Amino acid sequence: MTRVHDMGGRFGDGPIDPTDTSYPPRAEPWQTRALALTLAGGATGLWNIDMSRRARESVAPKDYARFSYYEKWLAGLADLLVETGAVSRDELAGLTPPEPGEGASRALQADAVPGVLARGAPATRDSARAPRYAVGDPVLLRRPAANLLVDGGHTRLPAYAAGARGRVVRCHGTHVFPDASAHGLGERPEPLYAVAVAAGELWAAPEHPGDEVVLDLWESYMEPA
Amino acid sequence: MPHDDPDHPHSLLPPDPALRVKALETILTQKGLIDPAALDVIIDTYQHRIGPKNGAQVVARAWSDPAFRAALLDDATAAVSEMGFFGRQGEHIVAVENTPEVHNMVVCTLCSCYPWPLLGVPPAWYKSDAYRARAVREPRKLLSEFGVTLSEGTSVRVWDSTAEVRYLVVPMRPEGTEGLSPEALAELVSRDAMIGTGVAVAP
Repeated sequence: MTRVHDMGGRFGDGPIDPTDTSYPPRAEPWQTRALALTLAGGATGLWNIDMSRRARESVAPKDYARFSYYEKWLAGLADLLVETGAVSRDELAGLTPPEPGEGASRALQADAVPGVLARGAPATRDSARAPRYAVGDPVLLRRPAANLLVDGGHTRLPAYAAGARGRVVRCHGTHVFPDASAHGLGERPEPLYAVAVAAGELWAAPEHPGDEVVLDLWESYMEPA
Repeated sequence: MPHDDPDHPHSLLPPDPALRVKALETILTQKGLIDPAALDVIIDTYQHRIGPKNGAQVVARAWSDPAFRAALLDDATAAVSEMGFFGRQGEHIVAVENTPEVHNMVVCTLCSCYPWPLLGVPPAWYKSDAYRARAVREPRKLLSEFGVTLSEGTSVRVWDSTAEVRYLVVPMRPEGTEGLSPEALAELVSRDAMIGTGVAVAP
């Protein structure tokens, strides 16, 4: 089993609301502030992007369902701050005044923002490991979709694709392995592939026989088919 | 280790989201972990500097310049970097081109991955449960809600952004736009067309 965030293919969500409230003037000020706060928090280097995804998807299912998008971000941020020891529970609850910590030198300064955003954080790593698969190779995706290092842990193999047969359509090089990185177990980079899976392999009632879904998946998520 | 304690630290914050942000910002400022002025710069960056106009310039150039189109399809990260569009959430870009045979569409079923340097912050619907749940299973029904109808001869390829690779859809160039400059062409390229939930239309 995966977690509440893994919703690809789920029934019951209803039509799309095309209203875009993601940025000013339609976003509420707290939403853009939450976005900026999360980015600045991440820039401290106290956690990585896989940890931040893991934190958001680890909130209780009832909270995940009732929180709006940026409320999920705030929950993940608060939980990571406590998990990494940057903020205590009492400080978060307002029971004790915040004490300047050892992370103070890590704060992202205003004049450094353009450079930090422009540099990004590439996920590719040099590797001597030869990719096992090439474009065109048939593969079988692992089932169940689960983190094999940590039970109930973070993984990027969606449940809807577990056990499906597909074929490699792109080789992306060697990328940080989120199943390890999200849990502080190192980067353990692996070859990453785009794998195309026919809609008929995934759904009981595919819309069209020619349709397919392509997923980016790490080598250990698959075996030769 | 997963943290399944029902008493998550986030529940210690005030219930109102605006107060929650304020509380976190105050704590982090007092601890020296953030500079509030940096938040203002981040907000300004994604409000005024980085948005779908970037992606539209890339598409218009691909339509106008066959050598650039080939370079974009071969190594989009390098091609868009040369135009200055590299950065956070756009470190590994792949461009996928729509044709009469294949219509491409992008989703992130697990969270909200999106090519920020090319398209800015994702629209609210892209991050919604409905889009994340339905895009992979019923893309055509979803496209019809965006006003897009595909012919029976066109296959849909949905790209689920499950890693750090970010996808840019290059829509088909509308007919009747032969004489237009790249600047005029860029005006025809909507954000939705570059996600694959829209198409580019002639003026």
